Amino acid sequence: MGLENTLFESLPDVITVKLDAVVNWARKSSLWPATFGLACCAIEMMNTVSARNDLSRFGAETFRASPRQADVMIVSGRVSRKMAPALRRIYDQMPEPKWVISMGACATSGGVFDNYAIVQGVDKIVPVDVYVPGCPPRPEMLIHAIMMLQEKVMNESVRDRRDTYETESRQSIVPGTLPVTMGTESETAAKKITNRPYTIASRHEKRKSS
Amino acid sequence: MTDTKVLHEYVEKLKAENSDWVTDFKDARGEVTVIVPRESIVDVCRFLKTKHVFDMLAGLNGADRGPEEDPRFEVLYHLFSTKHFNRLRLKVLLSDDDPHVLTVTTVWKTANWHERETFDMFGVIFDEHPDLRRILLPSDFDGHALRKDYPLRGFEPYSLT
Repeated sequence: MGLENTLFESLPDVITVKLDAVVNWARKSSLWPATFGLACCAIEMMNTVSARNDLSRFGAETFRASPRQADVMIVSGRVSRKMAPALRRIYDQMPEPKWVISMGACATSGGVFDNYAIVQGVDKIVPVDVYVPGCPPRPEMLIHAIMMLQEKVMNESVRDRRDTYETESRQSIVPGTLPVTMGTESETAAKKITNRPYTIASRHEKRKSS
Repeated sequence: MTDTKVLHEYVEKLKAENSDWVTDFKDARGEVTVIVPRESIVDVCRFLKTKHVFDMLAGLNGADRGPEEDPRFEVLYHLFSTKHFNRLRLKVLLSDDDPHVLTVTTVWKTANWHERETFDMFGVIFDEHPDLRRILLPSDFDGHALRKDYPLRGFEPYSLT
């Protein structure tokens, strides 16, 4: 006398349901994250899948090193300027449907690294679905973020999740995130050395928060 | 505190070899720093390597004293002898408007990446370097990040809000 017997007694052979509901249910129940561990947050991310916290309870334990097999990119850690083009490329290589979790203060806003080397929030490069605060966030917080993402997935429509055409996805690379070609030789470098004024107020420096 | 008597002997040997090679030298906390004019840095390095077995370039880095200083830049060569276990530091002083120094990749191959890093961070040009490109910062980076007058958040477009 298992669950099946009860089900078959109470339910008809055929049921009708919204396509979105079925597809989204399938999608949210097996989110495959792409590993994007960049700093100490990655340690917490690893811990999330470990025996103690067991992310597989929520169907998101299959971390993939290949973006082609992944659904959700967990950006855990600080994204440096030099990593930014690589991160964007990994995102572009992921097939739809795809989501992004920005894990930790650094990925979300640059954190304490308010300087020239770190991207001030990964949402400048890729669209982010869930932000996780914390430095680093506890595994429970990441699990909560994944559950929030699952909730979001359930409320989506299949129509909104189509693969972008190849040309379009190529153009989607944000200007300024890909490095220009190599070949800055000492000659050109020598030209670049000009005495700059002590500070140049940039848009960034006008920000109120600091 | 290490005894620096041996290191002072090297300074004397340098002076004896060529009196122009040593502008000044310092002894602080058991470390000896020799200030070398930039024209003779390669000769001094080759002399120390071949004659006194300073066979390892343990480090090469730059320092910025600030835009108001002259000379503004320092390039430091940390030599190590795997035979005698001695450490010696050479220092070259460079002015802001002419930050050029000859490469020592001809003496130690390992200087290649060290010099690229110093170029990347301070904008010191190592003449006759085989491949002077940025090594840590992105290749389209504007400015040199460890200069004292470099704004912490960088220039455009690297200072996107």
